[in-house]
Amino acid sequence: MSSTLVAKPLAQPTLRRRSRRRRWTAEGVIFTTLNTTFLLLLAAAMIYPLLNTLATSLNDGMDAVRGGIGIWPRVFSLKNYEVVLSMHTIYQAFFMSVLKTIVVVVTNLLFTSMLAYALSRNEFIFRRPITLIFVLTMYFDAGLIPNYLLIRDLGMLNSFQAYWVPVMISAFNLIILRTYMKSIPEEIIESARIDGAGEFRTWWLIVMPLCKPTLAVVGLFVAVGSWNSWLDTLLYNSGEQWLSTLQYELQKLLASSMNAGANSGGNAASAASVAQGGQVTTPISLRSAITVVAAVPILFVYPFLQKHFVSGLMIGSVKG
Amino acid sequence: MTDATVSTLVAGSGPEPDPEPANGSRSGKRKARTNAAKDPRREITWDRIWAQRVLLAMAVPLLLYQILFKYVPVYGWAIGFQDYKPGRGGIWEQEWVGLENFVDLFTGVNGERFARVVANTLGQSTLTLIVGTFGAIVLALLLNEVKNQPFKRVMQNITYMPHFLSWVIVASLASVALSLPSSGGFINQALMSLNLVDEPILFLTEPNYFWGIVAGTNLWKELGWNTILYLAAITAIDPTLYEAAEVDGAGRYRKMFSITLPGIMPTIVVLLIINSGWILSTNFELPYFLGNGLVSETAETIDVFVLRYGYELGNYSLAVVAGIFKTVVAIILVGSANLAAKRLNQETLV
Repeated sequence: MSSTLVAKPLAQPTLRRRSRRRRWTAEGVIFTTLNTTFLLLLAAAMIYPLLNTLATSLNDGMDAVRGGIGIWPRVFSLKNYEVVLSMHTIYQAFFMSVLKTIVVVVTNLLFTSMLAYALSRNEFIFRRPITLIFVLTMYFDAGLIPNYLLIRDLGMLNSFQAYWVPVMISAFNLIILRTYMKSIPEEIIESARIDGAGEFRTWWLIVMPLCKPTLAVVGLFVAVGSWNSWLDTLLYNSGEQWLSTLQYELQKLLASSMNAGANSGGNAASAASVAQGGQVTTPISLRSAITVVAAVPILFVYPFLQKHFVSGLMIGSVKG
Repeated sequence: MTDATVSTLVAGSGPEPDPEPANGSRSGKRKARTNAAKDPRREITWDRIWAQRVLLAMAVPLLLYQILFKYVPVYGWAIGFQDYKPGRGGIWEQEWVGLENFVDLFTGVNGERFARVVANTLGQSTLTLIVGTFGAIVLALLLNEVKNQPFKRVMQNITYMPHFLSWVIVASLASVALSLPSSGGFINQALMSLNLVDEPILFLTEPNYFWGIVAGTNLWKELGWNTILYLAAITAIDPTLYEAAEVDGAGRYRKMFSITLPGIMPTIVVLLIINSGWILSTNFELPYFLGNGLVSETAETIDVFVLRYGYELGNYSLAVVAGIFKTVVAIILVGSANLAAKRLNQETLV
């Protein structure tokens, strides 16, 4: 993408909205009706699976096996959530996911922005070669098993470090932050110099506060990525139950139901009941409840995300 | 692989791969080069290095970190040339076998399986790319025709949302949606109540459906998200073109097909080219989660092969060879795709 291609629209929209007049013609009315109908159907298709899962998770487990639950629970019950919350593994996985996400966001933002500051300084002599080395990593990956062997040889298997150390810096976010820092007027940084601030202090006290909006966007994306990841748990930390994450627990449930499905000829969840701590539920209900628990934090930050992600995407495209 | 979102974002938003932007980069580079020759400020001397010691202290440890975690793992490629047995100890105590693993992977029984794996990777990615691009263009055009701004915003926010759900959740939703009605399979239920089928279709056990399921699920997840760049390109179209067309009596459809669509054509082409560079790297989670034994002939992709056959069964050598193959081909593809996009960019946009 060229920078002109994306940079332009930001300046233009008001001009265009004014120039278009609204005219009602037969063609226009028919088109608008069809278009609105289509978009509403599309939105329904996007939301239905989520509402269906929510309804199933709030429905009685034995009743859900009969099928036919729409977007409203048929026999309302909170039992599935009681079961999920009484499962020690899920509990622990939830807190591990939260802890991991927080640590990844903090370390990633800290180190990526520190490096971005150094690379945004025009006078920095090794700016170009260092940037190139980082950018190339967006396109080069040694592969799954070599990466696994490195973590193993560093002695980080089955440790919390395996979650945050390998993802301390993201080349893509580095470019976004560097671009934003470059747009900060040189005078601000020079005045900090005159007041006696060194590079480190300039970065922490002057540049970082100015980058808050971009840091927020980048941080949210990092958080979503970390919350959603499961492969790191599978590869590096599946040997220790206390390091398990919510996505990985959900993946294990999904895998067992897929295997059961393959064996019973396509029925993705067998009707067998699951007894857990004196409660009775069914795999399908249990899976729905865990899916909701895993999705809710994302849906919770979504309003904040959607306010910012377009601008974040634009910054990414308009780098220079 | 852990930040797949970022890599799709890179692929989707398609920023320039190198630190130089496509436009004006030439003059920028030239200036920098002449500066480096003339300007004493850019010369590398011990004095300058000492003066910039704080910047160096901020950058160099992280540079070493990045080299350790992204470039050093290449030593693992040695396993591709060994008969790797974990019991023998470390990587340097293994038996070297030259290119034997490469011959093994590309010929004979394994060769047939690997050819199928490559075909599945290409097939699933291509279908996903075509369906996804087409869908996103259509949706962008339709959203652009919505004049009611709040309605448009609500529609955008709803269609963007699935992008942020994890692949585990999306695969879980898909497996429920496609299952039998008794397991909550509402797609079968809808088909049956509309009398389109008499018996529920066993979507996830029928190999012929698998590529379509991958493409369809990808469409559901990324459709709205993929419209963002097209919508941005649409707002960049010169509004006087629409006015001129209106004066000439062009209706809504005429404007859509003769102004909007040609207006975003360069974006479409550039994004298609850049995304096709990622064709070996894109689909991993869905075939891994949804592919069971019954559909593995169409489900297994290169990454799934590496994870299942290599990591889970401990056949490191063959899996590493498959990984080397993927990385090398992917670099060639991504490199040429970016080159092509850049060249095209300069011809059509500048």
